[in-house]
Amino acid sequence: MSKAEILGQIRRGLGRTGATETARNAVSARLEAKQANLIPARAQLPEKACQQLFIEMASEAAADVIELKNIKLLPKAIATWLAEQDIHELVSAEDGPLSDICKQLPDTLHIRKGVAQAGDLASLTTAFLGIAETGTLMLYSRPDSPTTLNFLPDNHLVVLNRQDIVGVYEEAWAKVRGLNQGKMPRTVNMITGPSRSADIEQKLQMGAHGPRRLAIFLIG
Amino acid sequence: MNITSPDFKENARIALKDVGLQKALGNVKTGFPHKRATAMERLPEFDQLRDEARDLKNHIIEHLDLYLEAFEAKVLENGGHVHWCRTSEEAQKTILKICQEKNAKTVTKGKSMVTEEINLNEYLEANGVTPVETDLGEYILQLRGEHPSHIIAPAIHLNLEDVSETFHSHHHKPKSMDPAVLMQEAREELRNKFVAADVGITGANFLVAETGSSIIVTNEGNGDLTQILPKTHIVVTSIEKVVPTLEDMTLFLRLLARSATGQEFTVYNTLSTGPRQEGDQDGPEDYHVVLVDNGRSEMIASELREMLRCIRCAACMNHCPVYGAVGGHSYGWVYPGPMGSVLTPQMIGIEKGALLPNASTFCGKCESVCPVRIPLPKLMRYWRRNEFEKHLTPKTSRWGLGIWGFFAKRPALYRQLSKLSNATLRALSRKQARISKLPLARGWTEHRDMPAPSGKTFMQLWADKQQGQNKPQSEHYS
Amino acid sequence: MNTYKNQPVVGLFITCLADLYRPEVGFATIQLLEDAGCKVEVPSQQTCCGQPAFNTGDFKQSAAIARQTIEAFDGYQYVVAPSGSCISMLHHYPELFDEKDPWKKRAEDLKARAFEITSFLVDVLQHSLSPSTFNSSITYHDSCSGLRELGIKDQPRQLLTQVEGVEIKEMQESETCCGFGGTFCVKYPDISNRMVGNKTHNIVDAGATTLLGGDLGCLLNMAGKLQREGHDVDVRHVVEVLAGMTDQPALGETKSTVKAG
Repeated sequence: MSKAEILGQIRRGLGRTGATETARNAVSARLEAKQANLIPARAQLPEKACQQLFIEMASEAAADVIELKNIKLLPKAIATWLAEQDIHELVSAEDGPLSDICKQLPDTLHIRKGVAQAGDLASLTTAFLGIAETGTLMLYSRPDSPTTLNFLPDNHLVVLNRQDIVGVYEEAWAKVRGLNQGKMPRTVNMITGPSRSADIEQKLQMGAHGPRRLAIFLIG
Repeated sequence: MNITSPDFKENARIALKDVGLQKALGNVKTGFPHKRATAMERLPEFDQLRDEARDLKNHIIEHLDLYLEAFEAKVLENGGHVHWCRTSEEAQKTILKICQEKNAKTVTKGKSMVTEEINLNEYLEANGVTPVETDLGEYILQLRGEHPSHIIAPAIHLNLEDVSETFHSHHHKPKSMDPAVLMQEAREELRNKFVAADVGITGANFLVAETGSSIIVTNEGNGDLTQILPKTHIVVTSIEKVVPTLEDMTLFLRLLARSATGQEFTVYNTLSTGPRQEGDQDGPEDYHVVLVDNGRSEMIASELREMLRCIRCAACMNHCPVYGAVGGHSYGWVYPGPMGSVLTPQMIGIEKGALLPNASTFCGKCESVCPVRIPLPKLMRYWRRNEFEKHLTPKTSRWGLGIWGFFAKRPALYRQLSKLSNATLRALSRKQARISKLPLARGWTEHRDMPAPSGKTFMQLWADKQQGQNKPQSEHYS
Repeated sequence: MNTYKNQPVVGLFITCLADLYRPEVGFATIQLLEDAGCKVEVPSQQTCCGQPAFNTGDFKQSAAIARQTIEAFDGYQYVVAPSGSCISMLHHYPELFDEKDPWKKRAEDLKARAFEITSFLVDVLQHSLSPSTFNSSITYHDSCSGLRELGIKDQPRQLLTQVEGVEIKEMQESETCCGFGGTFCVKYPDISNRMVGNKTHNIVDAGATTLLGGDLGCLLNMAGKLQREGHDVDVRHVVEVLAGMTDQPALGETKSTVKAG
């Protein structure tokens, strides 16, 4: 009822009674084409320069970027980072190399798998992609990588492969469409630095509701 | 909420004398415009993106019915629900019904201006559901029983002392003047509420027709905790938010943060597509989208159609000298500043909202910073015309304009009127070259002097000259 | 109209405020145009541009005045005014007529011929000023309509650098509205007062002897406020300085403080 009235009012405003064939074609063509609009030149760069831009932009957004030559160095780097923050617990996703990595972490570290709970101090996930344009991580929800890990804990540790850095968002969308036969994951998170707010007197404070610190372990 | 837009002038007068408010407003002026300008400089294609965004929004509005249908079909395909609501009342009832079906006691809320527009909090509370605002600014306001004064920085009218006082009386902790400590208090207070909530309500910055997704853009992460922890996620948004594809959404995202806070990108840009999928360990089990019209579809038929391009970045109010002087609450309803001066009369009626589109010098700063190039002064003028044609313009203005128009259409008489005014002003100045009290222009001389004419009218002197008389001389105060 | 071959013929749109308050602005404009080789006439059938009606939403009245202005300036190669605001209004004329209305085309035609004086001298005529001197530091207020509707920003500054003795001291926020806004200043006096107060603060901070601008409405507003606050800053229309016609006292002053060289 309301739907028909709203759509009817829209059509009256547009001066047509139904949807004309031209209008329908224009809409389906646009939805089909998924064409990019103007893409800024900033991140249309060779691979190496793109990766460098990602590091710069992510650091500017106050993420810690820790570069590691190979994944073998990861367990030690995670352990060191957590020790520096005096954190002795970690809740981890289970996708990709993470289960293996967790096995190599010190015994003194209390490790849990699965969803995050209020009060968790640190989480470990992988990132699907890095987007150089703004130093943004892209993560998505799936059974072995619950979304609460990205938001509830005080510290979010993210593993990103250097070859998974793309230049611009458009490249990321093409890759998202390649997941699960084109079915969108329930959640796609684009994360640029740790949580913050300037709601008190416009003065920026870090760590509002999401993680206070975002550590990106860049592999390769 | 109580509409005080008809009292705009009185609101403004009080606001101008409010020392605390004026101090807080100083933070708008020095903050946002500078940050936006820096972000713009860093992206050379910024203005081209604005052109494309304007054109794309126009395309969307011309096909709004079809994009909304496409969006709905995708949401349903993903296992979500879509509710179409013509009015605030319909939207309120729809949302309450979902809450009641879930036996919801508390509802967490991400920042949403549409829920302000439909007055959702009061309605839920009156019906036994407790809404909890989770955006830091909104949370502060909820504790204080206030409404936002800005669409992206809701508590911008407050100072640190105000927040400190409010938290001290609600959190029962030692009083602190450290913003970091205050934020930590809010974080702790809200953490359990996030977990305990039965329903999470967020707005949407955009709806993507291609995928049936909604996207929220936040810096705090409160919107995400609001939508992933409760069993039910309700997206309350309005019909003009739909965009065709992820690529199209991207165009707007490149403009939104830069125009709003001057950030390169907001910290959390989150796409939500339907409920929890097979095997997911978290996320909502139900996903509802409440599409609110509330007068928007009517705007398509008039010049106001251009206002539907608005992406709620707040650049117009951040740069508006009137907003900067009187703050958001003076506007007396949900949407302040230039965008509010266009939207409010549509939503509360021109009879109540007429003072807002009049409260502009038409300086054009708002239009010059709008990411989707909405001609805001033109649309404010649209309302003035509407007001005039409905005979709502104050009688004194109409009379004055009528008399002036009578002369303006008769050049010879107009000359005489100018001559008379000129002589009168000069006489009143008593050779002081300025007048400090002018009974018919009290609004002017209450605050400033009125310089007196420096001689006869130009047209008199020109006529003299044409008649071959002496060269024109400025006859000072003769 | 008798003209020399190729001599541009300009109809001066005097504007209500220059006519009423400051005839020197009209004469200075004429002198600048004549120095630049134009023949200048002042059509007698002109009155106001109609902006007060337009901005109050009285489109019928605005259209009637627009038709009168269009007719008054029929046949002039150019229409020039010492005001960005009034010229912007002329540029709005096409909005007042329907597509089918023959006046629409005439309004478009007027729009194409209508220029603010500094923009006309710089952008159309690419004119260099005759030598003149004004020994004063100045600060320049960019009036809104000229700035944002007509793109006037560098033109007056470019011309001012050709006047000997002028030192430009830019104020903070020279592009922020002074709060005049036509009838706004009397409809919303308190807000207008705050805006002009912010403005005079920036003007005084700039430390210049003279404030210049291109629109008398704004200048009267700022001059009146500066005087009420007791600041010793002269206020003049930019054409007075460009034309070397600065013998007369500044706005609202009884005697001249800065003399032309």
